[in-house]
Amino acid sequence: MTDETTVREDLRRRAADFLAAHDPAATEPLAFLRARYDAGLAWVNFPEGHGGLGLPRALQPEVDRLFARAGAPGNNVRGNGIGLGMAAPTILAFGTEEQKKRFLRPLWTGEEIWCQLFSEPGAGSDLAGLATRAVRDGDTWVVDGQKVWTSHAHNARFAILVARTNPDVPKHQGLTYFLCDMADPGVEVRPLRQITGEAEFNEVFLTGVRIPDSYRLGAEGDGWRVANATLNNERVAIGSGGGTPRGGGMVGVVSDTWRERPERRTPELHDRLLKLWVEAEVARVTGQRLGQKLRQGQPGPEGSAMKLTFARLNQQLSGLEVELLGEDGLRYSDWTMVRPDGVDFTGRDAGYRYLRAKGNSIEGGTSEILRNIVAERVLGLPPEHRVDKHVPWKELDK
Amino acid sequence: MSELDLLYTDVEDDLRASVRALLADRCGAPGVTALYDGDRSIVSGLWKALAADLGLAGLLVPEEHGGAGASAREAAVVLEELGRSVAPVPFLTSSVVATALLLETGAAGAALLAGLAAGERTAALAVPLSAAPQDAPRTTVRAEGGRLTGTVTSVAGALEADVLLVPARAGETVALYAVPAAEAVRTPVVSLDMTRQLADLAFDTASGEPLLTDAAPAIGRALLTGAALLASEQAGLAQWCLHATVAYLKERKQFGRVVGGYQALKHRLADLFTDVESAGAAARQAAAALAAGDPDAELAAVVAQAYCGDLAVRAAEEAVQLHGGIGMTWEHPAHLYLKRAKADQIALGTPAAHRARLAVLADLPPAP
Repeated sequence: MTDETTVREDLRRRAADFLAAHDPAATEPLAFLRARYDAGLAWVNFPEGHGGLGLPRALQPEVDRLFARAGAPGNNVRGNGIGLGMAAPTILAFGTEEQKKRFLRPLWTGEEIWCQLFSEPGAGSDLAGLATRAVRDGDTWVVDGQKVWTSHAHNARFAILVARTNPDVPKHQGLTYFLCDMADPGVEVRPLRQITGEAEFNEVFLTGVRIPDSYRLGAEGDGWRVANATLNNERVAIGSGGGTPRGGGMVGVVSDTWRERPERRTPELHDRLLKLWVEAEVARVTGQRLGQKLRQGQPGPEGSAMKLTFARLNQQLSGLEVELLGEDGLRYSDWTMVRPDGVDFTGRDAGYRYLRAKGNSIEGGTSEILRNIVAERVLGLPPEHRVDKHVPWKELDK
Repeated sequence: MSELDLLYTDVEDDLRASVRALLADRCGAPGVTALYDGDRSIVSGLWKALAADLGLAGLLVPEEHGGAGASAREAAVVLEELGRSVAPVPFLTSSVVATALLLETGAAGAALLAGLAAGERTAALAVPLSAAPQDAPRTTVRAEGGRLTGTVTSVAGALEADVLLVPARAGETVALYAVPAAEAVRTPVVSLDMTRQLADLAFDTASGEPLLTDAAPAIGRALLTGAALLASEQAGLAQWCLHATVAYLKERKQFGRVVGGYQALKHRLADLFTDVESAGAAARQAAAALAAGDPDAELAAVVAQAYCGDLAVRAAEEAVQLHGGIGMTWEHPAHLYLKRAKADQIALGTPAAHRARLAVLADLPPAP
């Protein structure tokens, strides 16, 4: 306990000293962010020399608060979620020293935005079945294929990419993980318009893209293991719920509409709203307990379960709001194709929220796959029959 | 509401282990099932072992009154275990509701409280099990010259009690009296849940000791404590249903394969797991808020009741259905859990009654 207090105080002093030496108001933002990274105050759980101090992740929020209070510039957390949440921990875990030096600092400062080239039109839930090919040509790899559901691809400088390097072995064994330069002339990005009218995501066509072997992350054929590290980070990010306050998030939006529109209330809608309010509050408390378990190092099998609940509640609540609005629920703000910087599930109008929420049970693992995960890994029920596990990928029925 | 600790301390884990071991030893399904055939022989020995030998009856009683000075968190752990075993003991009615009420009676109830804490006496609040915390006490019992006359139906814990805490109309207010059980005519009720058998009570100029002159607010608070902690019983009951069903479906084979491998059943169980975990968290939140004296403890209690009441019923119904024919038999214990869950859903306010209270607490007013 005393040790922990000392560490916390040391860290506070270190942050205060840094802020005293680098006045946020008088320092150019990028120079400030680079200096903060070099001082180990970017992500304190990362090792020294890579923006951190090798401290527990739990200490980071305090550092962020101190910097925010001092008016320090932000590092584009919203626009670089894939980079910060998924690429960075994977590069840290599997990258060479050279790769960490090259990529982590500009990633954290927001100079280089990252995107993720995983899903394909033919490989959604079955990600390991992906068909994008990478063929070795001396010291480089030549990549051909098509990726989909890529947020930020249109402004990303780099991508994390999984491609098939050996089609002659079973599907999980023939994959390799790469860091891909999105400025390569063989990369073509097209907006993917979705049911809301906007294009949050992209399709990415890869034609003869050349990736140096020094941009390979992990061993050749080890891509599935590396990709799983990335996906586990994604699930942690989605499952933690982000500390929404009681009555906040989607239930807060609908509750506000309820309070503002007494003329639209009916007993039936009231009962549905109260039931969903209860479920949302229970989900919030369940997320809090999951966080407490994770901080104690207890395994939290509720991660996948949390996401199931989150998706269902967002859909039911946003659907209820459209009904509650009645005639106003028949109107939609704007179908124009726009490219938002990020996604806000509770943003825009009720119709948008209703339509966008449909994605919550598909993105980051469909609810059907998550139920399989809970049933098999948590409850220990028998796995689904697999006809593809031991067959060379090229022989599979595609 | 600040963030409450929703995990279990080492002390709470030890408490759970000793309660579970005792229940495994003395609360087997055959003895519980026998209650439905009129054999109540399991009750008194089991209750004595829990109340006096393990000292659970005094958990919520402060040390100066001879209790353990523990909190709602520990009582909740006990209730989780009692729910897992559908144990037929008056812990909720005597050690939680009646005790919470006596804690508000000052010197008048001190001796009785000490008797409860020691496990020597057992008390029950004479209201219908279905009474919700937010309802004003509705009673036909009248107090005149210190003598009580009237009836109360569907009272839980009265058959095991030796003293009844009886709300009685005295002029404009509802007063509270301690009445020896022998002063009342107790008629056992053939109950949906015989593991918490009800009784109808009749008083005919029964003599009682006055405890409170204006008891309605204290009764409401005691019932709220009961409702908050009943959620833990429901969560424990639901956990048993889930685990028993998963275990059975890993063994049961039809069409040459384990039934638990069919995706239709896997997905149902995954959904049930998700919601059973949520019930555990909601119940823990209600107990922790109560223990901390949190200003939002009432909200946490009504949320937990609104959620856990329905969830426990669903878990028990799924257990019966997914066990197939065996789940419909008298021999298999699933029906014990179904009957308890269905009765618990109505006990201490229905989920709908708790949602109605939530509408006030969360500022979600009804249709005009």
